[in-house]
Amino acid sequence: MAKKEYAFYPGCSSQLKASASNYLTSVNSMCKTLDVKLTEIPDWNCCSASIGYCEGGELPRLAINARNFAQAETHLPGQDIVATCAACWLSARETKDRLDGSAQLMKETNEALAAAGLHYNAEVEIRHMVEVLIEDFGYEELKKSMKKSLEGIKFAGYVGCQTNRPFGISGESFENPLYLDKLVETFGGEALTKYDQKVACCGGALAFSEPEKSQKQIRDIVESAYDHGAEMIVTPCPLCQANVEVYQSEINKKQGTKFNMPVLYYSQLMTVAYGGSMKDAGLDGQLIRAEKLEKITAK
Amino acid sequence: MATNLQTPAPYHNNFLREVEERVEEGEWVKMCMQCGVCAGSCPFGPHWEHSPQKIFMMIRAGKREEVLTSDAMWMCTSCYNCVVRCPRQLPITHIMHGLASYAHRLGLVPKGQPTHEFATMFWNNLAKKGRVNELKLTLALYFKDGLVAGIKTVVLAKRLNPMEIFGGHAIKDLKGFQAIIAKAREIEDKKQGLTG
Ligand code: SF4
Ligand code: SF4
Ligand code: SF4
Ligand code: SF4
Repeated sequence: MAKKEYAFYPGCSSQLKASASNYLTSVNSMCKTLDVKLTEIPDWNCCSASIGYCEGGELPRLAINARNFAQAETHLPGQDIVATCAACWLSARETKDRLDGSAQLMKETNEALAAAGLHYNAEVEIRHMVEVLIEDFGYEELKKSMKKSLEGIKFAGYVGCQTNRPFGISGESFENPLYLDKLVETFGGEALTKYDQKVACCGGALAFSEPEKSQKQIRDIVESAYDHGAEMIVTPCPLCQANVEVYQSEINKKQGTKFNMPVLYYSQLMTVAYGGSMKDAGLDGQLIRAEKLEKITAK
Repeated sequence: MATNLQTPAPYHNNFLREVEERVEEGEWVKMCMQCGVCAGSCPFGPHWEHSPQKIFMMIRAGKREEVLTSDAMWMCTSCYNCVVRCPRQLPITHIMHGLASYAHRLGLVPKGQPTHEFATMFWNNLAKKGRVNELKLTLALYFKDGLVAGIKTVVLAKRLNPMEIFGGHAIKDLKGFQAIIAKAREIEDKKQGLTG
C-alpha cells in the first residue's frame, strides 16, 4: 500500500501532556499501522471552535481559520488538511464554504491575511480523520491490518453533533449515522443497534457555562447507553469524549447514579485491534479505565 | 465600546434591515416561514427565553431591544439540529451567534450571562497565544479531585479564573496572527457601522 500523506491540523487537544492525549497517541499509532503520514501544519493556530463567535465575530474567525489554510497551501502543497477534532473540522469546513461562496468575504479575508504576509488561494480540502478512514481506505481495507478482535464488547456509538451536522460524513443520515457502528463491527465488536442518544448534543462548550443543563444531556447520553446494554461509549470528538467521561462522577455525586462507563475514541479501538499496547492506544489516559480493552491488549 | 439602545440612524427603526446588514447571515431572517421546527430542536430548549422562531418573528416586528438583550442566543450549543431540519435552510446557528456577537459589540448583553463570559474569555485566551491549551488534562484533574461545585459558581464568584486551566504554548508568529485579527476586526467594525 502506498504511503498516504496529509496536512495535519491537530487542534488544541494535541497540546496536552502525554498522560491525557489519548486521542493523538492512538491516532498516531493507528496511522503508523495504516502507513499514513501526518505532517503538522507549521505554526497552526486554534480555530476558535464554535464558542469563538462572541468576541470573534465573523471575519476574524474566518481569517484565523484561513491562516491555517494558507500555511498548509504554502508548506504542504497538494495535501488535504485532516483534522481529528470534530469542532476544528467543522470550523475549517465552514470557513472554506463561506469563503468559496462569497468573493467579498474572500477578498476581506485575504486583506486580513496580508497583515501577516499571507495569502489564501482556495486550494485546500478539509477532511476529518474519519473521512480519511472511510473514503481513502474503506472498511475492508482497514480490516486487513487487524490482529485482534474486539469480540465480546458492546459499544454505544455516540456520534454527537459536529461530525454529523450540518455537513456530516458523506452517505450518512443525520438521524442515524452508521460509520461508528460499522467501524466497531469491522473490528469484531458489537455495536448497539438501538441507541437513542446517538446524535444528541452533550452541551458542548456550554458544559462550562451552563453545567446543570449540560449535565442533564450527558446523563441521558450515558443512561441510554447503559439501558441498551453498552459496556463502553465510542466517539469521534474530543469535546464529546471529555464531557461524557469527565462529568460522570459529578453526576453520580449529585444525582446518586452509579455511572462508570469508559468513553473512547474510534482510534483507540483500532489501535487495540491492530495489536497496539495499552500505551499505544492511550488507554492509560482514561479517567474511567476501559478494562475489557486493556485485557485485549495484554493477550 | 458604545452602549447603544438607540437604533442607528441609517435604519429608521427598521430592525430587520439593521440585522440584514450588520448581523452575520442576517439576510436570511426574512426567509423564515414560522413553521416552528427549530423551536423544538434546541437541547436547552426549555431554558430559552425565546426560541429561534420567536427571535426571527421579533426581528421582523422590530423588537430591537427585546431581541438584543435576550438571554436566548446564549443558550445555543451549536448543535446544528435546527439547521438540518429547517425547511427553508436558514443558517440558524450562525444567525444566533451573529445576534449574540452583535449584542456583545453593542454592550447589550445581560450582566453576568455565563456563556457570554466564558465565550469572551475563551477568545481572549486564544488571541493571546494563538492556541488554547491543555484544556482536557487539567479539566480532568480538576474533576478527578472532586473539586468542582459547578464551574458556573466558581466563575461567578471570581474565585478562579477558569482560563487558568488553559496552559499555553504560543504560536511562533504571534505578531502576524494578532495583526490578522486586528485587520479583520477593523474591516468588520466598519461594516457593522461601529467605527468611522
Ligand atoms: S475546536 Fe477546540 S480543540 Fe479544536 S482547535 Fe478549536 S478550540 Fe482547539
Ligand atoms: S456532541 Fe457535544 S462535543 Fe460533540 S459536537 Fe455536540 S456539543 Fe460538541
Ligand atoms: S425551522 Fe426555519 S422556517 Fe421554521 S421557524 Fe425555524 S427558522 Fe423559521
Ligand atoms: S444550533 Fe443553537 S439554535 Fe440550533 S438547535 Fe442547536 S441550540 Fe438551537
